[in-house]
Amino acid sequence: MDIGYYPGCALHGSSNDYGSSVRACLAALGVGLRELDDWICCGATAAHSLNHLLALALPARNLAIAQRDGLTDLLAPCPMCSMELLKAHAALASSAEYRRKVSEIVELDVQGTTQVLNLIQVLQRVGLETIKEKMVRPLAAFRPACYYGCLLTRPAKTLQFDDCEQPTSMESILRELGAEPVEWNLKTECCGAGMTLADEDTVLELSHKILGNAAEHGANCMVVACPMCHVNLDMKQPDVDRRYGCHHDLVVYYLSDLVGLALGLDERTLGIDRHFVAKQ
Amino acid sequence: MAQTSVGDCYQCGKCSAGCPMAEHMDLLPNQLVRLVQMERLDRALRCEAIWKCVSCMTCSTRCPKSVDCAGVLDALRQLAVERGIAAPERRRTVLFQQAFLDNIRRNGRLCELELIGVFKTKAFLADRNIPLLMKDALLAPQLIKRGKFHLRGERVRDRGIVERIFAKCQAPLAASPPAAVASNNSHPT
Repeated sequence: MDIGYYPGCALHGSSNDYGSSVRACLAALGVGLRELDDWICCGATAAHSLNHLLALALPARNLAIAQRDGLTDLLAPCPMCSMELLKAHAALASSAEYRRKVSEIVELDVQGTTQVLNLIQVLQRVGLETIKEKMVRPLAAFRPACYYGCLLTRPAKTLQFDDCEQPTSMESILRELGAEPVEWNLKTECCGAGMTLADEDTVLELSHKILGNAAEHGANCMVVACPMCHVNLDMKQPDVDRRYGCHHDLVVYYLSDLVGLALGLDERTLGIDRHFVAKQ
Repeated sequence: MAQTSVGDCYQCGKCSAGCPMAEHMDLLPNQLVRLVQMERLDRALRCEAIWKCVSCMTCSTRCPKSVDCAGVLDALRQLAVERGIAAPERRRTVLFQQAFLDNIRRNGRLCELELIGVFKTKAFLADRNIPLLMKDALLAPQLIKRGKFHLRGERVRDRGIVERIFAKCQAPLAASPPAAVASNNSHPT
């Protein structure tokens, strides 16, 4: 199976560990990734906060490139990117007039026919049976708290993925691979996302609540599918510990890390050695 | 945001009940929606709450009347900046977002180091806060050690198209107010 790939800025920048992880994990499952040619940034929170039209035009340019190059499916492992792409997708579906207007702005014909997928959806498409067949090392002793954060499931109308209040798609995959995901309370609460630089106090407070609740419910690691969640829970975890005088000691894995480990890939290939919090 | 009909809100308070930042807000999300309904933008634009919002979309997702509450807050922030109402210490979020977009406009993709440099400088010039300027400096060696630090960010080949998209999107914007607020027909003077 070959699909289009929109890495987004984070996976080519300080979240390159997620990029390595996604590529290695999907390659082991026989999924080839065709990176979108000369893709541009989706605009993220900055665009939708400051300029509504730009927030649709930037992702629409990427959908137009995908359409031009015949990519019918596009994986965007960053939920911020996939949400912005899906918002553009929905806006393009609204009218022919709008499609004409946006095509003019992005200087390429764009109909919004490309299907945008997150990492979990690609794994679901591969199929639990296939993943399980390729498993060489069951995830025994892993008791992850699966953390979805905001943008994997919200806004529900745009994303139409899983249950926005009680998602279970990551648990279903990991349970199949021998892990024992815990039941906990804050799997869809926000970590502060892109406020890491602009408002660190908020990020530390929210991340502290999330890490604390996961540990209280017996988790021995966290699993995320978002580069911003990873930055706030992993890179900022030492700051959380200092601020609140605690030792969370929770390794934060990307979903593709744990699936990759079950497939027999090593930590270095998956980029796990680039995380801040390491296994004791 | 364009579909938001603030008038539909019947003040059930579900948005505020689920908001992770509610305890830090001087006005709750449902109160902000009410102020917009009553065309009391003067009060809404001067509160701290709009700067506490983390855009997690919980409010919009749970609203039984499908009011895009998060979109309303987005629009209020945008207006507060346009009208120069936001106090400097409340403007770090906007400065960050402006630096972010400026970065994309020039490079097509985010150059993280440049973003941090520009944001820190602008934020310092706005509030002269030295601890905030220096914070995160210790993170650099940690990021270098992990190969996560890129001196030169990536740039797209066709930077002309990025520049043209920005120009075309910015031209008509100055003339029209944000849709979420406009849809309530509120035109405060």
